[in-house]
Amino acid sequence: MAKKDKLSGNEAVAIAMRQINPGVVAAFPITPSTEVPQYFASFVNDGLVDTEFVPVESEHSAMSASIAASAAGARAMTATSSNGLALMYEMLYIAASSRTPVIMSCVNRTVSGPLNIHNDHSDSMGARDSGWIQVYGENNQEAYDNFIIGTKVAEDPDVMLPFMNCYDGFITSHSVENIELMEDQEVKDFVGEFNPEYALLKSPSAYGPLALQGYHYETKRQQAEGMKNAKEAILKYSAEFEKLTGRKYGLYEEYKLDDAEIAIVIIGSTAGTAKYTVDQLREKGIKAGLLKIRVFRPFPKEEIAEVLKHVKAVAVLDKTCSLNDAGAPLFLEVRSALYDLETRPMLINYIYGLGGRDVKTSDIESVYNDLAEIVKAGKTDNVYRYLGLAEE
Amino acid sequence: MSNMLEIRWHGRGGQGAKTASLLLAEAAFDTGKYVQGFPEYGPERMGAPITAYNRISDDPITVHSNIYEPDYVVIVDDTLIDVVDVAAGAKETGAIIINSDKGPEAFKDKLKDYKGKIYTIDARKISMETLGRYFPNTPMLAAIVKVANILDDETFINAMDKSFNHKFKTKPAVIAPNMEAVKLALKEVKG
Repeated sequence: MAKKDKLSGNEAVAIAMRQINPGVVAAFPITPSTEVPQYFASFVNDGLVDTEFVPVESEHSAMSASIAASAAGARAMTATSSNGLALMYEMLYIAASSRTPVIMSCVNRTVSGPLNIHNDHSDSMGARDSGWIQVYGENNQEAYDNFIIGTKVAEDPDVMLPFMNCYDGFITSHSVENIELMEDQEVKDFVGEFNPEYALLKSPSAYGPLALQGYHYETKRQQAEGMKNAKEAILKYSAEFEKLTGRKYGLYEEYKLDDAEIAIVIIGSTAGTAKYTVDQLREKGIKAGLLKIRVFRPFPKEEIAEVLKHVKAVAVLDKTCSLNDAGAPLFLEVRSALYDLETRPMLINYIYGLGGRDVKTSDIESVYNDLAEIVKAGKTDNVYRYLGLAEE
Repeated sequence: MSNMLEIRWHGRGGQGAKTASLLLAEAAFDTGKYVQGFPEYGPERMGAPITAYNRISDDPITVHSNIYEPDYVVIVDDTLIDVVDVAAGAKETGAIIINSDKGPEAFKDKLKDYKGKIYTIDARKISMETLGRYFPNTPMLAAIVKVANILDDETFINAMDKSFNHKFKTKPAVIAPNMEAVKLALKEVKG
């Protein structure tokens, strides 16, 4: 029996961790992820879990300890944000290349500077090619669900890659909203025991060996294979999850996209705000639609091209800026995914919400208005745009 | 989403506006509503102006922005009226509720552009009489529930009893005084 509750995103994720009861949690506090290990530490203190909780002295150590625990054969979990993720950077690659399926929540916060504690996606987007699976949630329910599904995906024998559960700092992490929780036993049965084929405490194996010209390259190719397999694993375990909970998840979510003439592609909590705007526009007879990307790594390129090919004009919204004078990450990858189509939608990129700049329904409406203009004019003009900027 | 109620809280750091918005979300949740309760985090420090928000609806809520056209505004500290545009975007069909020992007429001038109703409640007096210390958030919470008719008195009192028993598990002595503050506030809000 599912339990209806009202929780913040961080508390919901901490509860998922309690329900899973991992072998090791190693974490260092950083806003806005701090509450995750904080709640979890109270579960440890109250004897609700058997987890070895390691209060490390830095994020670099948090990731190092998680990798070591995972290599030993334990299920290892952590959480971080922003500069904390940046400090882990070196170890993110070690986790992925060691094929240690560490599970980490990245409570998205901008990377300083200027110093700012608020939400955007510059932290996890900076680590997009580190070899981690990245799944983004829209609200507290998805942060909780993705964490549970992600544990299963990461540990699949054909995947064996670390999993990053991304959700928006403060907007999702600290807002109290309705949520449906699974029964503890249901979660335990779903994720099962972590039983890797190789582990230091189980069988003779080597972690962190030197791999020079003769081996390094093949290792990378094999990681890429694991990432490719992650797509099928995500679909498979999301379908199993749906049978248990009734909540359906894919690689992305289409919202009124079937017959849409103009559409937004977006990641995270602002997708919810955009759904409201789509409803408003539909009432006026405007064929607006939305594509919310759930899985960013692996990137579902063929599927995205397929669902967007009939749309006349598309705006890709990035909550990070690449400072490359060419376009932000989601935009560049969506544009690349559309390249092989014979006829493609017209495409523009908006940077939005950096450093916690609030995104109003009217901001989203202005994007759809711009798309309607583009369709009318038959050309995009300026491709690289900013939404909700205060300066002229 | 015509049935959605949007509430904006203005307070100063340390007065509990954030806690009040979370308690309101919990109370409304207990009656089967969809809820959001969230603060706008700034450079948090004692005394600095802070804002918190609530959405309450019969349907799932997907919007994740701040609230710009609130049905109700709760002002936990009346000195903020001179500092923050507390009435910004406030709907005339709703109301503004102010923590003050004065009556609503005293604010007609300062809020002359606001055409909706104004209510006041002396949260300081209620807090000092019941808790012996100045925690204005509980009386203000009761006032918004009463004015916006979010819950009937009995349902609200029961919900608060449950919340306080959970929240103050480790200091049960403050539960009864907080409940007194709730009951007194439900009677004393002036419109």
